[in-house]
Order: sequence, then structure tokens, then C-alpha cells
Amino acid sequence: MSDATVWGIIVALGIGTYAARFAFLGLVGDRPMPPWLLRHLRYTGVAVLPGLVAPLVVWPAATGGEVDPARLLAAAAALGVGYWRKDVIQAVLAGGLTLAAMSWALG
Amino acid sequence: MTRSPFGRGAVQGLPFLVIIVPFGALFGVAATEAGLSLTQILAFSSIVIAGASQFAAIQLMVDGTPAAIVVLSALAVNLRMAMYSAALAPHLGPAPAWQRAVIAYLLVDQVYALAQSAYDTETAWSVSDKVGYLIGVALPVFPGWVGATWAGAVLGARVPEGLSLDFAVPLAFLALVGPMLRTRAHVAAAFVSVAGALLLAWMPWNLGLILAALLAMAVGAEVERRT
Repeated sequence: MSDATVWGIIVALGIGTYAARFAFLGLVGDRPMPPWLLRHLRYTGVAVLPGLVAPLVVWPAATGGEVDPARLLAAAAALGVGYWRKDVIQAVLAGGLTLAAMSWALG
Repeated sequence: MTRSPFGRGAVQGLPFLVIIVPFGALFGVAATEAGLSLTQILAFSSIVIAGASQFAAIQLMVDGTPAAIVVLSALAVNLRMAMYSAALAPHLGPAPAWQRAVIAYLLVDQVYALAQSAYDTETAWSVSDKVGYLIGVALPVFPGWVGATWAGAVLGARVPEGLSLDFAVPLAFLALVGPMLRTRAHVAAAFVSVAGALLLAWMPWNLGLILAALLAMAVGAEVERRT
């Protein structure tokens, strides 16, 4: 791949990504949006993030896509502690410690 | 002591360095192995600032995919950010245009997730409070991401074995999801998102995730309407 092609990809991806992020914030601004649209948008976070990680949790690349009990349990710990404590940092720690303990226990 | 929204954002955003730094370093390593120059790698991380799409692009470039397909596939990975932009518009729309332009540049997953959670709970915040919080959260992200990319590219791969760092990113996202599950509607949307993403994983260009997300938003909105 030539240098010019690599630069082309970087710049095009940068512009496109910025356009996606700016689209509504920049162009809609403070014009009111219809209530049905706002009702949908309230669920953006819970609609995108769980789906983004689900394949990574169920079919982790590190195990060649094999289901891994240690990673499933660590994922459950991070999600459960996050839900229970409403605290992101405690949730990350719970997941990380669970994974470390499981890796150690299973050798 | 009560902190300003900006100060709170900075404190709550800081722990994400633990995830951003190894992720950025891995990108630096992968991009170097793919044959990119240091300047190109740093430009990549500072212009795009979207880890998952950067990895997707590098992978496709190594596979010899035509440039246009590389760009379109990686952009599909970032389509979700248009949804973040729409979700934050009701909160940040009244802010000055230049502030919205800066915020759009910094709108990565973690920043969006923390901002959305905070805006949902801190209903008394003014627009400038909301802007301040988001900028505080984003403050460590940019230098952390670009700095870690640089370190990965220059120092190379020296990740200790057995640390399972591959799983840092999924854990970080799951940790963000837990506190968001405040109502039955949120739980229903999250469930549809997971089921949809797994069942539609066969679709090209990450379209399965986009479709699953749209379905999940519809389910969340419908459950809310009925309760």
C-alpha cells in the first residue's frame, strides 16, 4: 500500500468519523426534536454498548473464538457490580480481579 | 467539598486511562507491524480517535483490501457515534457552535456514556455545567490515547504474558453499562442489543450492530411508553 493511499485512508476516515459525531450536535443544535425521537434516543447507550461487547465476551479473540468461562464470569462481575454499586470504577476492578483470580485458579 | 461539574468530570474520566493506555499502545504496535510510519500512526490516532475503527482499518489494510472498502468498513464501525451525537443534542444543543464542534471531536464511547449517565441524574445542571462535565471527562482521553499510541509504536510489544489485557476493553464497556440499567426499559433494550448483535454477527461491515442497536432503541422506547 503506497504512502499516499495510507494518508488518503487516514484523512477520509477522520473526516467521516468527525461528520458522524458532529451530525446531530452541530446541525440540529437547539431545534426541538419530536418526543418519539427523544424517547428512542434515551436508550442509545444501552442499545449500542452491550451489542458492541457481546461478541467480544462470548467469542474472545484471545481464545481463538472459543467460549471461555473465566472471561464470561469476569464480564458478569463487571456488569453486576456496575448495576449494584452504580460505580464504573468498582465495576472495572471487580471484572479485572475476577479474571485474574480465574486465570490463576485455572492455571 | 463539592466539586464543579468540570472537576467531577475530570475525576470520573481519569480511571479510563487504565483502559485507554494499553488499547492505544496495542494500536501503535499493530500499526507499526502493518508498515505505517510513526507520523502516519500519530496522525491516525489524533485525527480519528476511535480505537475499534482504527484496528478494523489496519486489519483490512494488512489484508490488502481496496482503500475505499477500508474506509467504508471502518466508518460503519463508527456509525454508532452519530447516535451518540443525536442522544446528546437535546442536552448540548444550546451550547455555542464552537463548543459543540470541540465536543464532537472528543465524543468517544466512554465520554458519551459517562456524560449521558450524569445528565440523566443531574437534572438541575445548566448547559454550561453539562459542557464542563463532558470536557472534564474528555480531558485525559486525547493525550492518553495519542501518547499511548506513540509509546506502542516506539517501544513495541512488551505486554507481560498472562495479564489478559485483551479483555480490558470489553470489561470497561460492561462497567459503563451496569449503572445505565436504571429501569425495565433500559434492561429490555440492553437485552435486545446483546441478542441482536450475536444473532446478526454474520452481517458484513458491522451492520449487525447498527441494526441490533436500532431494534434495541425501539424496544426501550416501547417499554417506556407502556409503563
